[in-house]
Amino acid sequence: MSKLFSKENREVFANPLNLDNPVTVQVLGICSALAVTAQLEPALVMGLSVTVITAFANVIISLLRKTVPNRIRIIVQLVVVATLVTLVSQILKAFAYDVSVQLSVYVGLIITNCILMGRLEAFAMQNGPWESFLDGVGSGLGYAWILVAVGFVRELFGAGTLLGMRIIPESMYVENGGWYVNNGMMTMPAMAMILVGCIIWAHRAYNDRKASKQ
Amino acid sequence: MVKNFLDKIRPHFEEGGKLKSFRSVFDGMETFLLVPNTTSRVGVSIHDAIDSKRIMSFVVIALLPALLVGMYNIGYQNYTAAGVEAGFLEMFAYGFAVTLPKIIVSYLVGLGIEFIVAQWKKEEIQEGYLVTGLIIPMIVPVGCPLWMLALAVAFSVIFAKEIFGGTGMNIFNPALVARAFLFFAYPTMMSGESVWVSTEPFLGLGNQLPDGFTMATPLGLAGSGVEVTTSMTDMFTGLMPGSIGETSVIAIAIGAAILLWTRIASWKTMLSVFVGGALVGLLFQSCDMTPLTWYEHILLGGFCFGAVFMATDPVTSARTEGGKYIYGFLIGALAIAIRVLNPGYPEGMMLAILFMNMFAPLIDYSFVQSNINKRAKRAIK
Repeated sequence: MSKLFSKENREVFANPLNLDNPVTVQVLGICSALAVTAQLEPALVMGLSVTVITAFANVIISLLRKTVPNRIRIIVQLVVVATLVTLVSQILKAFAYDVSVQLSVYVGLIITNCILMGRLEAFAMQNGPWESFLDGVGSGLGYAWILVAVGFVRELFGAGTLLGMRIIPESMYVENGGWYVNNGMMTMPAMAMILVGCIIWAHRAYNDRKASKQ
Repeated sequence: MVKNFLDKIRPHFEEGGKLKSFRSVFDGMETFLLVPNTTSRVGVSIHDAIDSKRIMSFVVIALLPALLVGMYNIGYQNYTAAGVEAGFLEMFAYGFAVTLPKIIVSYLVGLGIEFIVAQWKKEEIQEGYLVTGLIIPMIVPVGCPLWMLALAVAFSVIFAKEIFGGTGMNIFNPALVARAFLFFAYPTMMSGESVWVSTEPFLGLGNQLPDGFTMATPLGLAGSGVEVTTSMTDMFTGLMPGSIGETSVIAIAIGAAILLWTRIASWKTMLSVFVGGALVGLLFQSCDMTPLTWYEHILLGGFCFGAVFMATDPVTSARTEGGKYIYGFLIGALAIAIRVLNPGYPEGMMLAILFMNMFAPLIDYSFVQSNINKRAKRAIK
C-alpha cells in the first residue's frame, strides 16, 4: 500500500493540478475551455468527462503498451479514446440529457483534445497502469478546476446565477428598480479567453513567488 | 511659488522619508506642474521644448470645446424634451453637473490604477491617462451609470494598457477599449433609444422626464429605417442626441485645428479618414443602400470625433508616412461599411478604429520592408 502512494506517485498525481497544469502551463485544451464555460454546470460535466476518459484511456494504453507495434500506436490510441468518448456521450444522453445538449459537439470533440493524446504519448506509453491512472486523474482534474473556475465567474457575472440558482437577487436589477445589469461580455468566449489569461497570470505569479522563496 | 512648495515637501517622499510609498504620486505632480530639469544622460538626443506631458495638455485643451458643447447639449436635450423654457446658463449648468461626476470617476479609477502600478513597478507615473480619462466620459451616452464607467475604465487600463507595458506600448486605444467593453457587456445601456437623453434632475437642475422616455440618435433612426429629420444646422452645432462629446462638428473642428496647428495629430491620417468615409459613403449612396447621404454620414455619430481624436492617436496609429494614408482611409471606409451593412451596429467608428489599430503594425512593417527592398535593389544595380 505504501508503495502505491509513494512520493513519486503522489507527484504524478499532484503535478498536473498545479506546476504542470494542462491548461495554464502546457496551454492545451483551450478551445473547449472557452466554449463550454458560459455556465457552471456544463463546465463541471465537461471537466468530469475528460477526467474519466483520460484516466481510463491511460490505464488501457498502459496495459497495451508492450503489445502495440510502434508504427500504429496513434491509431490504437484513437480507437481506445473514441470508444470511451462514445460511452461517456451515451451515458450523458441517457442520464443528463439537458447538459449533453448544451455541450453538443464538445463531448465528441474530446477525442481530439490535446490533453488526452499528450498524456497517452508522453506518459502511458512509458509507465505502468497504476501510475498512468494517477496521471490521468490528475491531468483531468487539473483541466477541470480551470474550467470550473472560469465557469463560476462567467455564470455569476453573466447571468447572476450559479448552477441555475439565483445568487444576485432579482430586486437589484434595473428592470425591477435596482441598478445592476448582467455583464453580457461574460457570456462571450472572448471574455473566457481573458479569464483564462488572468488565471495563468495569477498562477505564474504564485508559483514564481514560491520558487523564489525556496 | 509652486516650486518652493514642492522643494519643501520633497524630503518626505524620498527614500527613507515617511511618505515614501507616495513617491510616484509626488513625482507625477511635480513633473505635471513644472517642466522637469533632468535630461537624458546617455546618447545623443534632440530635445523639443515640449515633452509628452505638454503634448497631453494640448490634446486636453483641444478636447475642451467638444466637451463644453456636449455639456450644453445635454441640458438642451433635457429641457427641450420636457418642453421647459430655460436660459443658456441653466442648460449648461445642468449638463455640467451631469457630466462632471463621470469625468471625476474616470480620472479617479484610471489614475488610481496607474499610480498603484507605477508604485508597484517602481516606475514614474505615465501621463497618457490624462487624455484617455477625458475622452472616455465623452464617448459614452449620458445615461451610462457611474459604476459601469468605473468598471470599463478599470478593464481598459489594466487589459488594454498596463498589460502591454503602459503608456506608449498599447496596441489598442484604451478609451475605445473601454467603450467596446461597455458596448458588448451592457448593450442595453450603451445603445438603443433610452440612454441618449438625461432623464433625471440633478442638484436641483434639469427636469424629471417620464419613465420610458425614448429618443434615438439620428444614426439609430437611419439604422432602423426611419427617416432622419435632423437639420444640417443641428448636425453642425451638435444639438442632437448622441454620446456626450461627439455631436458637435464645429467644436471638434476647433479641436482639430489646435491639434494640427501644434502638429500633435497627423493631417495625413485625419484627411484620409474623411476621404475614405466620403468615398464609401458615396458608393453606398449611389447604390441606394443607405437612407443617408455621404456628407450626413460624416457629420453624424462619432465619425468626426473618431477621426480627429482617436484615429490620430500617435501610439496606436500607423507611424510610417505612407502607412498613415492607408490606415486612415481604411478606418473611414470600414466605419461607413459597418454602419450600412451590419444592421446590429448603427455606429461603426469604434469597431473600425479598433480593427485598424490591430493592423497598424502590419502596415508599418510592409512599408518599411518595401523601402528596404527598393533600396537593396538599387544597391545591387
